[in-house]
Order: sequence, then structure tokens, then C-alpha cells
Amino acid sequence: MTDLATVLEIWEPVIGLEVHIQLATESKAFSASATGFGAPPNSLTDPTVLGLPGALPSFNVRALELALRLGVATGSKIRARCRFARKHYFYPDLPKGYQISQYDEPLCEDGAVEVMVAGGASGPLERRKVRLQRIHLEEDAGKNTHHGTSSLVDLNRAGVPLCEVVTLPDLHSAADAAEYMRALHRLVRYLGVSEGDMEKGQLRCDANVSVRRRGEDRLGTRTELKNINSFRFVQKAIEHEIGRQVRILEDGGAVERETRLWDASAGVSQPMRSKEEIADYRYFPDPDLPPLTVDGATMRKVITTMPELPAPKLERFVREYGLTFDDAATLTAERELADFLDAAVRAAGNGALARPMASFMLNELLRVLDGRPIGQSPVTPVALAELVGLVASDVISGKIAKDVFTSMWETGDAARVIVERDGLRQISDEATLRSMCEQIIADNPKQVELYRAGKESLLGFFVGLVMKASDGKANPGLTTELMKKLLAGS
Amino acid sequence: MSDELAFAGVVELARRVRAKEVSAREVADAFLSRIDAHDGALGTYLVVDHDGARAQADAVDAAIAGGADPGPLAGVAMAVKDVIVTEGLVTTAASKILAGWVPPYDATAVARLRAAGAVILGKLNCDEFAMGSSNERSAWKPCRNPWDRDRVPGGSSGGSAAAVAAGLAAASLGTDTGGSIRQPAAFCGVVGFKPTYGRVSRWGAIAFASSLDQIGPLARSVGDAARVLEVIAGLDPRDSTSIDQPAPALEAALAAGVAGLKVGLPREYFEGSIDAEVAAAVHAAGAALVAAGAELCEVSLPHTRYALPAYYVIAPAEAASNLARYDGVRFGHRATARELGDMYATTRAEGFGPEVKRRIMIGTYALRAGYYDAYYKKAQQVRALIKRDFDQAFELVDVILAPTTPTPAFAIGEKATPLDMYQTDVFTLACNLAGIPGLAVPVGAATSGLPIGAQLLGRPLDEATVVRAGAVIEAAFGTKRPPAGGAA
Repeated sequence: MTDLATVLEIWEPVIGLEVHIQLATESKAFSASATGFGAPPNSLTDPTVLGLPGALPSFNVRALELALRLGVATGSKIRARCRFARKHYFYPDLPKGYQISQYDEPLCEDGAVEVMVAGGASGPLERRKVRLQRIHLEEDAGKNTHHGTSSLVDLNRAGVPLCEVVTLPDLHSAADAAEYMRALHRLVRYLGVSEGDMEKGQLRCDANVSVRRRGEDRLGTRTELKNINSFRFVQKAIEHEIGRQVRILEDGGAVERETRLWDASAGVSQPMRSKEEIADYRYFPDPDLPPLTVDGATMRKVITTMPELPAPKLERFVREYGLTFDDAATLTAERELADFLDAAVRAAGNGALARPMASFMLNELLRVLDGRPIGQSPVTPVALAELVGLVASDVISGKIAKDVFTSMWETGDAARVIVERDGLRQISDEATLRSMCEQIIADNPKQVELYRAGKESLLGFFVGLVMKASDGKANPGLTTELMKKLLAGS
Repeated sequence: MSDELAFAGVVELARRVRAKEVSAREVADAFLSRIDAHDGALGTYLVVDHDGARAQADAVDAAIAGGADPGPLAGVAMAVKDVIVTEGLVTTAASKILAGWVPPYDATAVARLRAAGAVILGKLNCDEFAMGSSNERSAWKPCRNPWDRDRVPGGSSGGSAAAVAAGLAAASLGTDTGGSIRQPAAFCGVVGFKPTYGRVSRWGAIAFASSLDQIGPLARSVGDAARVLEVIAGLDPRDSTSIDQPAPALEAALAAGVAGLKVGLPREYFEGSIDAEVAAAVHAAGAALVAAGAELCEVSLPHTRYALPAYYVIAPAEAASNLARYDGVRFGHRATARELGDMYATTRAEGFGPEVKRRIMIGTYALRAGYYDAYYKKAQQVRALIKRDFDQAFELVDVILAPTTPTPAFAIGEKATPLDMYQTDVFTLACNLAGIPGLAVPVGAATSGLPIGAQLLGRPLDEATVVRAGAVIEAAFGTKRPPAGGAA
């Protein structure tokens, strides 16, 4: 067995993903019971969620709006009329013995998720489309936990609305699959469709993986990998599965059609059920729920409130703001970050400041935020624009700007206020700078002699002393120029 | 005194209670003592809520004393079929799998009864999960026909019909999936009203077949049934299939008469194995309508004979799905077992009776992958044809008059095979498949003394016309009491 790269010269992986996305509604898909994370077990329930005799579902239209946003953002065909179907299986976390889902009439079909990739080391941006087979609405199940010989059921999550987003087998590497997941994650967060918190299970992924010899048209036998719930696991689990299948095929064996469960801690997958055991879900239209209709007013509302999507935004940041792909990718990863930069650029009224403001965000703001959302920053986009404007107009140096920023973060005061109060204005007056330089020269005769004897690297030493003497306020460019002139003895 | 109250009827009881001629408590006590005295022999009740009923009655009396409007059903002592959930009162759907289950909520229909001042006496016997036509499929005990205790009261709402006939409730709620209100009403000589599908919220009605189930009243008169239906009808956001229409003004229709009304007799209902006395009684009801100014004609419902096979695909398929929730995990019976799969299998094997299991098997079979088109989908197509039959008939007539059952009440144990039993619903199923309203009214008795029923079928949401015709027939035939008020 050789390494994956060599294997992939011969074998082509074919991957499709099914991603379950928890919709950010306040109540459940088919009842008024609240949604939430971390509440006491079985506290977020009602007769409908518990599947009590006589209880009925009534659809939460908020879930429809959120799903439609995703449908429109992915350019999907939206059905004006679709149906819910019952999917039957027995499991303790499934209260009714069936899940309300959609089967032959999904809400959305034939969309695509755009994934932006850097086209090589310095090449242009590339937009890649991952085609979607369908997006449908369904309800989540609860959660079983096992304690020795007994098991407990928590139905807080049962009935939470989900979108299932199913791709065509359009992905051909584990890295592409992970990149698609990131793009989808970014998209749903942009749209406000989901909080997408993977640790809370708000985004969960199953992967269908097969391999075939490059050049072959026919698809190989696929396996379904379940329970891959982080970007890293998506990549690792799929890489592992590609390797496993290639090994079987190279040994002359046949891949078995089965469902496998990814064990993240062991880094391996285990068979869960074989084809023979694949359940007959006995789908049929749910007679408790009339067909779901999407009217023009709903569609208009969804379309007119659609935000700029991540892929076009990234492209714009590179094109208009002159950011590198990586910086643009970081700043468009979260809609709030990108909105912050856009707001700062608007406040500055000067597109040329976009780049220094972006680098301030990347180097300073994100560091002090330390993972907290940017909404918690006491430094507003307007305040950042003012600060960077002071640097651009030579009022303060870039170095001082960092101190001013720290002070802004701590006090919430405006940059100009801090600069005036603390006397941080950059010294750019030539006479003042000249007398400071002359003083340094007078104080360091030995070093002056060495410099004049040819050790020109000492220039930094002299400039540094001026900076120190001026508490960093001396204009570094002017000081360097002046010092050079004075040392040359003119 | 107590017997007089027991047969006074809903409208009259509410009038007397509102007029303070009698207290709600006296009414409740009268019914409770009759139940205690006579129900042992009849088996109409599964639970009698003595304390709860008295407390509700006292609350009605207190409201009246305080000058508040006690509602249109003030002090009316009613009872509810055991497939309709009642907060705090054991509800089992007459099944062992729900033994001892106490619902934490009221069905919408029950909540509306309470809000209107009705007093709930208890829960009424029925076939397990409403699956049956004789009440012989109750997991708990048989229910007997007050006219002849060797005969069935009909089903599945057998207890609901027998209790009203025997004066053990002024009126009751039943459910009708394929005739389960109308057929027992006919067998017990009372009025049974299956409203348009969606007219009454199904919230709290333990589902048998969701696209067919409908709650409705059983009562001693058309006026009583109309009063109850007006109270329970109307939109309920908790049932997505409930119709956004105001409750129909039915009491206003009672005295409207049938002058000029076109009444259709469906040819197909008189062609098969219908008892001659039943056919004659229905024709007599038609004559009564003509005498009151209606015009009678024959209509055709050509797909009638496909109603039974279509029903026995659709209803079991939905039932198999609806009954998946009885798994022993969250409520009701749970068998002891070592493994999860065993727990499911044993719980359901022990908890469900044979008829319920049969329908789960049929329904599961019909929904198997690859068979959906051949069975469920085909049956739905047949259903559309049956609906079209009615649409076309209602272009010619305003209301359809038909027999409710092929024969009067049959003997306990008489229907030996499931198919024999299914055949007894042959006249009632189409109404559910079409989703239209159906009102069963007594049309006299056979020479055996057993009651005979006719049903009036109307356009969707046109309960009012059905009530007009029902009131005229009732005036001609009346509602009779069983021998010794069923207490013999």
C-alpha cells in the first residue's frame, strides 16, 4: 500500500454528502415546543414532540422561510407545492415510530453550492459548483444515551426542524468534501438559516463514498459513512474510506454496499448495517399535514431579504479591496466579520483604507477577540476607520496605532480622543526632530565614529534611540531620513 | 325523576339548568346513579368519573349562581368515546397497550364541551382503537345493545350509542372512520352525526386512519346532535386538517323544512344484500320527505362497490403508521425483555388485540417498498373516483338518503370472520372516503323490535341541509326508548 497521493493517480474517489442542518427556529418543526441546547432532559417537549396518543403536527412556517432562503441561495428549483412524508422505523429516540420528512416531493431540487478555491499559488480565483440533488425539510430525532445496562432517552431535540442537503456525487477528494462542508457551513450562517454549531450537532454529515479506476464511467459500489460531524472528521473519515476501498479492490475483492459508522476517537469506521439489513421505511404522504404551498409573497420576502453570499463577497474583497485570497477568505468566513469591514470602509469613505483596516482586523482585532464574536468588540467599524485614518494622514505612526487600539479596546474611547489626551501625535516637525537627532549624535560619539567609519548598520540604533527618547512619537520615516543626513555630516 | 332527566335530551337539559329549574349537580347525580344501577349489564362505560363529574357540575352551578353565562351545554351530562383523550381521566382506546394511561391534555372537542358547560361523566366502551363494527373488539369488556342484550350495539362507537339509547348519557362523542358513529347509532336507535372531514378538530382523537377519522356527536335527537356539533366544530390550529370555517348554524336549520329540496336515493345501495325491512324503512323515510315537500329521485354512485376494498387498504395503511408509536418506550404497556427488539415485539404482541394486529399487518404490507403504487396509491385513486361520484350526484340533488346498515343489529358472535364483519360497514365507508357529512337517524323498527337507521349524506360543509332533512324524518318517526329504558 502506497501513500494516498499515489493511490489517487490510479483511483478516482466519487463522493456525495448528505448534510443535516438544524434550522434556527425558536419552536419545533411541528409544534409550539421551544428549541434549545443544554436544557434539562425532556423539558423541551409537549404532546406532539412526545408522540402522545391524539397529538398532531402543525407545521412551523418559519422553518419553511429558512429552508427557502437556502433554496434560493443555492439556485434551487422550488416546488410551489410539496408534501411531507412519513419515514418509518423503530428506535427509542423516534417518538412516533416515524419521522416526518419529505420523500418524492422535496421542497428544493437541482441547486448548487459555490465553493471558492484559490487557483494555484498565485493564480486567479476559481468558483467551483457542487451540484445539489435536493434540499428537503424534516424533523430531528431525540438522543439516546447508554449507561451500562440501561439507556435513557432525551427528546429535547426531537422535532427540531432540519434541512437535509444532498449533493450529487460531485466531489472527488476528501479535501473537496471538507471544503464543500465549510462553504455550506458559511452559507447557512450567512443566511441566518442555522447557527451551524457543529459541537451542538447543528450541522451533521453523512458521506456516500465509492472509488473507480480513473477513466471509468461506471460508479463503484458505495458505502455510507455516518456520524462525521466536524470538518476534520469529514476529511479523515473519507480519506480512510478511500484507502479501505482501494485496498479491498487492489486485493481483488469487492466493496460491500453497507453503512459504516465513523469512530472519531479510533480513527476508523465500523460496519453498522449491510445492504440486506437496509430498512424499508414504508414512506407515504403524511395524512396529518396538507400539502405545503409556497406562495408568491413568501418567495418575494425571501428573495428581497437575501444577503450577499460568501462566494461573491470573497471575490469582491479580493477585487475591490485588494486583499489576498487567504485574508479575504478569513474575513468572509463569518458574515459579521465581512459586514464589519464593509461598514468600516463605508465609514472611512476611502476604499484605499480597506487593506490597512483588514490587516488591523486580522492582526489586532481578531487576536484580542480571541474567538468571541465580533459583535462583542467595543471598537466599532466607525472607530476603526478613524484610527486607520489617523495613520494614513500621518497623525500617528502605525506602531502608536496599536497602542491606541489597545486603549480604545479598554476604554471604548475614540482614537482621536486618546491621541490628544495622551499626547500621542506623531512628531513630524523637522526642527524638533533635528534637535532630537542632534542630541542623540552628541550623546553617542563612539557609535558616530564607527558609523562614519563605514558601519552603516548602526543607523537603526540611532533612529531607535530617537524613537525611545520621543516615546515612540517621532515620525519614523522623517527621523530616518534626517538622521542619515546628520550622520553624513552635512 | 332521574329517568325523566335521563331521557330529556341535551337542549331541554341545558334549558332547565340555565333556567335554574334543576341544578347541574342534580343532573349529574341522576345520570351517575343510573350508570351505577344499570351499566353493569350493558358495559357502555370503561371509566365513570363520579368525582370529576360532580366537580364539573358544581362549577356550572357556581357559574350560574354568579351570574355568568354557563354556555349552551350547561349541565348537560355527556360521555366520551375512549379513543378521545381527556385530561386526568384514564384513556385507553379500549386497548391493553394503553392500560392505565392518563392523558395530560384534553382533546379540543372535549375542551370545547367543557367550555360550553357540559359535564363529562366518563369514558365509553368501543372497539380497540376504533377498529371494529360490533364493540366485540374492546380489550376490556363487551358492550351490549340496550334493545336486545344478545345483540351488538354496533361499533366502533358502540358504548357511545348504547349509553345514549339507555339514558346513561344525554349525548356522547364518538369517532367515525368508516361508519363508527352512524352504524352503532342505527343499531341502537339514536342519532349519530359524522361531520365533514376537517369540521371538528382531531386534536386529541387517538388516530386510527388520519385521513378518514372524524369526531362527531351521538344524541337522542337531531336537535341535540346539532347543538353539540355547533359547540365542537370550527378551526383548530393544532389540527392542520381542520377547516377554516365558522361552526355551521345548525339549530337554525332544524325548522327550515325540506320544501323544494332534491333528495337522491342511490341505486347501488338497494341492489345488494340489503334486508327488506331496512329497505322499506328507508323508502318510508323518503316518503316522509316527499310529504314535507321534497322531491325524490334515484341517483347513481357507480363506484360504491369499490369503497370497501379501497377503505381496507387506506385505513390499515394509515393505522399501521399511526400505531407505530405504541412501542413501550414513553407510555402505556411495556413488556419486560432483555433486548430492545424483544421489548418492542413483546410489548406490541401483548398489548394489541387480534383485529388491531391484523390491520397493522395489512397496512404494513400495503406500504412496503415497491408496493405503494399497487395498493395505497391505487386505493387513493379509487377514493378520488368515489368522491367524484358524490360530486356528480350533488349536481343533481341536495342530499342523499340511504340505508345506514344492510341489517339491524346482529347477534353477539354472529360475524365469524373478519370479512363478514367488514361487510357490515358497506354503506357507511364511502362517506368517509369522500369526506362528506353523514347523519344517521332512526327510521322505525323491524318486526323484531330492533331499530333501523337511515343516513343522510350531504355536500362537503353542508351539514345544514342534512339537518333540515334529518329533522323532517325525525318528526315522522321519532326516537324511541328501548324496552324499560334499556334497564330491563
